[in-house]
Amino acid sequence: MSLAQLPDPTRPFRGRVFKYGDDVNTDVIFPGKYTYTLSTPEEVVPHALEDLDPSFAGAVRSGDVVVAGRNWGCGSSREQAATCLRWSGVGAVIAKSFSRIFYRNAINNGLLAIVCAEAAEALEAGNEVEVDLEASMLRSGGRSFRFPPMSPTVRSILEGGGLIAYTLKRLGGPGS
Amino acid sequence: MSVRRNPPQTFAQKALARASGRDAVEVGEIVDARPDVVLSHDNSAAIREIWLRFGRQRVAIPERMAITLDHAVPAPTARHARNHAEIRRFVAEQGIANFFEVGRGICHQVLSEEALVLPGQVILGADSHTPHFGWLGALGAGVGRSEMAVLWATGELWLRVPESMEIRLDGELRPWVGSKDLALAIIGGLGADGGLYRSVEITGSAIPSLSLDSRAALVNMMAEFGAKCAYLAPDDTVFLELARRIVARRANGELQDLEDVEAVAERLRRGALYPDDGAACVERHSIDVSTVEPQVACPHTVDKTVGAGALRDVRVDQAFIGTCTNGRLEDLEIVHYLVNGRKLARHTRLLIIPASSRVLEEATRRGWVSDLLSAGAVFGTPGCGPCMGNHLGVLAPGEVCVSSANRNFQGRMGTPDAEIYLASPAVVAASAVLGRIALPDELERAPPAWGTR
Repeated sequence: MSLAQLPDPTRPFRGRVFKYGDDVNTDVIFPGKYTYTLSTPEEVVPHALEDLDPSFAGAVRSGDVVVAGRNWGCGSSREQAATCLRWSGVGAVIAKSFSRIFYRNAINNGLLAIVCAEAAEALEAGNEVEVDLEASMLRSGGRSFRFPPMSPTVRSILEGGGLIAYTLKRLGGPGS
Repeated sequence: MSVRRNPPQTFAQKALARASGRDAVEVGEIVDARPDVVLSHDNSAAIREIWLRFGRQRVAIPERMAITLDHAVPAPTARHARNHAEIRRFVAEQGIANFFEVGRGICHQVLSEEALVLPGQVILGADSHTPHFGWLGALGAGVGRSEMAVLWATGELWLRVPESMEIRLDGELRPWVGSKDLALAIIGGLGADGGLYRSVEITGSAIPSLSLDSRAALVNMMAEFGAKCAYLAPDDTVFLELARRIVARRANGELQDLEDVEAVAERLRRGALYPDDGAACVERHSIDVSTVEPQVACPHTVDKTVGAGALRDVRVDQAFIGTCTNGRLEDLEIVHYLVNGRKLARHTRLLIIPASSRVLEEATRRGWVSDLLSAGAVFGTPGCGPCMGNHLGVLAPGEVCVSSANRNFQGRMGTPDAEIYLASPAVVAASAVLGRIALPDELERAPPAWGTR
């Protein structure tokens, strides 16, 4: 299979909305039965949202966004819940709130986790949306939604290319 | 000399200040914390793959690492076996002393039994139930695999100092009501995101009389409440039990035991952290526990709770006792009390997976295992079992499981077309006998003193 091009979260990007509800847990985002055997992008991507929306993996394209309600990503700490979306090309998850481990896993892997209740209400499946981290703004069909700016730590991780690349830079490179 | 006084501090502030080498930290501040213990399990092979990107020969903190094989044990497939083999090689190569093999038990239970986490410490685990360690007054929080790789490479990680919320539990528990019911009542009442990002501090007159197993179950479930960490103020019951475990561990090892239990307990007492009076608390809730009846969380979210009595027409295919939430000795005791001398319903399987080898050993020594086998129960290797759908009792489409575990998410136990109801071990045991969701008092046995010390 060929993998999607991964959007750069620090530059504006556009995509379509996939919309889901409240309390979407990591088991339906990436089933627990795969967590100790599947870890590479090629292995993980086909199972993204398998038990929530079986049509998602075949339909998603680079820059698309997931829009959801409260407590997105509750449950397990499994990092594939974030990476299966990131590696599918998803640029951002926009939700009313996030489970804290999902939030960290997302940011650490370059997947924007945007808290914006107004957009989470207003955006509908199939809407085109532009995500602009620099301006802390979402734009869709003439509407715009401001979201709270990311904390400096979160910004540094995103700009550094994810937690591992960011930490490597802080350490001065591999093996140093 | 004048002493600069810090404003009143929460437990989480104190624990994260200590872990980041600071005098005091503010709520909302991001700190670089150096945890006392970092925990991983079957995911350690995948974490190693990420850690290799740092290009280091050695992990930075072998003495602070603990690795347990527990999530898919014994290996159900060749692929899982290869995963375990990679972890064993890594552990040997890096000299990780705190490594626990297949069958020793679930990480949170094993580290508690081994007294590897102490009051006032910070433990980060690549496992979402790491808030578990709040039962002993430690700050436990779950992190991801990349974060664990960074901890292995550097020994530290950024953490935000969480807001604290207090949940007071006062009053006396009704017969047959245990701490799992309290946890489900909290989550059902306030929602699965009611404690999101919070340090959940559970207080009140109902706590001191709870047994340590019951305290662990209560705090463990706060992961399903969205909590970053959870906390019970440690008391002498905690200090003395941990001290006994530490002394026993040393007696078994090569270390000369220079301290007696009381001396160790005193050291633990001095390390414990308590919130200051007047420390910031963003939300307070109070529950009169005497109003709580046995609870069941219905499919597919943990906050979809009802009184167990409302579900008596739900037929049960599998009853599951186990997990880091309710697989301890006290849980097996109540199951034995209810099931011993009876037969399971013909259409219902009772699957019991003790949380650790010690639990299994002690239950065996007390004769419970043979009694439960006679009643028709099935025992599995200590570990996580079918909790997240890997093996050892996954469900068929259309089946119903009543479970002492912590999650009833769709697909959690292997297929999205099964239903999982969460309940206390007492409700699970009664349901196994009657073949439907049942209240323990339907079995007409006098309620025991359960869940208290």
